[in-house]
Amino acid sequence: MIKVRNIDVHFQAHHHDKHAVKSVSFSVARGECLGIVGESGCGKSTVLRSLAGLETHWTGTIGMAGRQVGQKRRRDDLPLVQMVFQDPYGSLHPRHRIGRALKEPLISMGRTADDDIVGVALEGVGLPRHFAGRFPHQLSGGQRQRVAIARALLLKPPIVLLDEPTSALDVSVQAEVLNLLSALRREMELTYVFVSHDLGVIGQMCDRLIVMRDGELIEEMTADELRGRRVKTEYARELLEKSFI
Amino acid sequence: MPADTPTSASDRLLHVRGLDVTFGRSANPVFAVKGASFDLGRERLGIVGESGSGKSTLGRAIMRLHPKSARVTADAMRFMGTDLMSLGEAAMSRLRGSEISLILQDPRYSLNPVQPVGMQIAEVAEVHLGLKGKASRAAAADMLAAVRIRDVERTMGLYPHEISGGMGQRVMIAMMLLNKPKLVIADEPTSALDVSVRSDVLTLLDNLVRENASGLILISHDIRMVARFCDRIIVMYAGRMVEEITSLASARHPYTLGLIAAMPSLDGPRPDRLPVLDRQLLAQMKESA
Repeated sequence: MIKVRNIDVHFQAHHHDKHAVKSVSFSVARGECLGIVGESGCGKSTVLRSLAGLETHWTGTIGMAGRQVGQKRRRDDLPLVQMVFQDPYGSLHPRHRIGRALKEPLISMGRTADDDIVGVALEGVGLPRHFAGRFPHQLSGGQRQRVAIARALLLKPPIVLLDEPTSALDVSVQAEVLNLLSALRREMELTYVFVSHDLGVIGQMCDRLIVMRDGELIEEMTADELRGRRVKTEYARELLEKSFI
Repeated sequence: MPADTPTSASDRLLHVRGLDVTFGRSANPVFAVKGASFDLGRERLGIVGESGSGKSTLGRAIMRLHPKSARVTADAMRFMGTDLMSLGEAAMSRLRGSEISLILQDPRYSLNPVQPVGMQIAEVAEVHLGLKGKASRAAAADMLAAVRIRDVERTMGLYPHEISGGMGQRVMIAMMLLNKPKLVIADEPTSALDVSVRSDVLTLLDNLVRENASGLILISHDIRMVARFCDRIIVMYAGRMVEEITSLASARHPYTLGLIAAMPSLDGPRPDRLPVLDRQLLAQMKESA
């Protein structure tokens, strides 16, 4: 479903060049969940943003659903992939009601946007229909993240990119949102790329994962290998030890 | 550790009985904290709960840093024999930073953005230790070395935006522990940090607190992390202390058990669904209590 070959990302500031992603290649099968782990600044979010089309300075090739996508996405590339961000406060307009926030992607893609579609979308993520009339500040963090997930799924994308979707939530709420994401993946045969610094979350949600360090992909393993603590590199072992103090 | 448990009154740093923190009108108050009672010796105490459980409000109320809209009442709240409830603001202000220190979640908001970090630590030495000029800078440099910052001289001249989150939190710890406070309250000190530096910062904090023979209150939502570092854990739910435990295995309250179970783990077979809290049951328990 996703084929990434040798992508590089450089950031230039003043006379300083930052090689943020160094020739990273990986594939994700249809219906699979791939995790990306690493410390802040390792390039994991940049990889995700390149997949989403938010980062346009990459070189290399990215294929999605059997076709190549460019740095600038064409209109018909857009419904292929949607993204859910860490902070649900930041991703919902504070002065727009939930109903309007959910209609936005449909309107921008020129599709029908009515209250019924919004109601079905809300129910799909376990929220009551009348939440369409609420503002983001009237919702809890977990409810807001559910709205963000509902919005990402409205265009029925085959691929969903998740950037630390539960790190701002309480553990008890995190469990509910993770369960929702797992159920939706099964029901809708979604393909996930899941970025997180929490190896416990990755071990629960993903089939495979890649470990990044300083822009490089240094190790690839299955979730079973992670759960069995069968890691190859010293760095991955260190990450594993420090995650469960 | 028996040596750390409060045996005599002189070892007891903090004595809290029936602490209430309420918001809103007195006719219909909302309890953020209700009936909190505990003692703290020269030990490490964890306070754990979800957001809104009142754990941070409790920490702030001890330092009397609660917002103006909050009402704090207690049957007793004493710090080393001093009654914190009747203490004037000036005396309280002297206590803060010298005897009691508060370490907050995000160093970016706690440090002054327009002053090099070395200067900010030196200022603490000036205010609390009465040092001047070179001596205060030297004290700041020593403290930065104690929190294991490698290139001390260079770091002293850096502004908060030029240092990483982990380094910023070390600087905060250096500032807060410079004066060897008797009590350190750390409110989510590592939540803004990468997992890889989280354990380093906590180990450092733990070591310094041990060296100074201070008491530590570690407030966090991460019950596993707290269990690793603390001698005792108080679990808070909806403003109440529901349980006190010494290890995760000794947890009995359904809320504590729910919190532990909800954390994804790499051990054992992977569950199809993560266990979630039974909020209806908890609401019923709260009503009957």
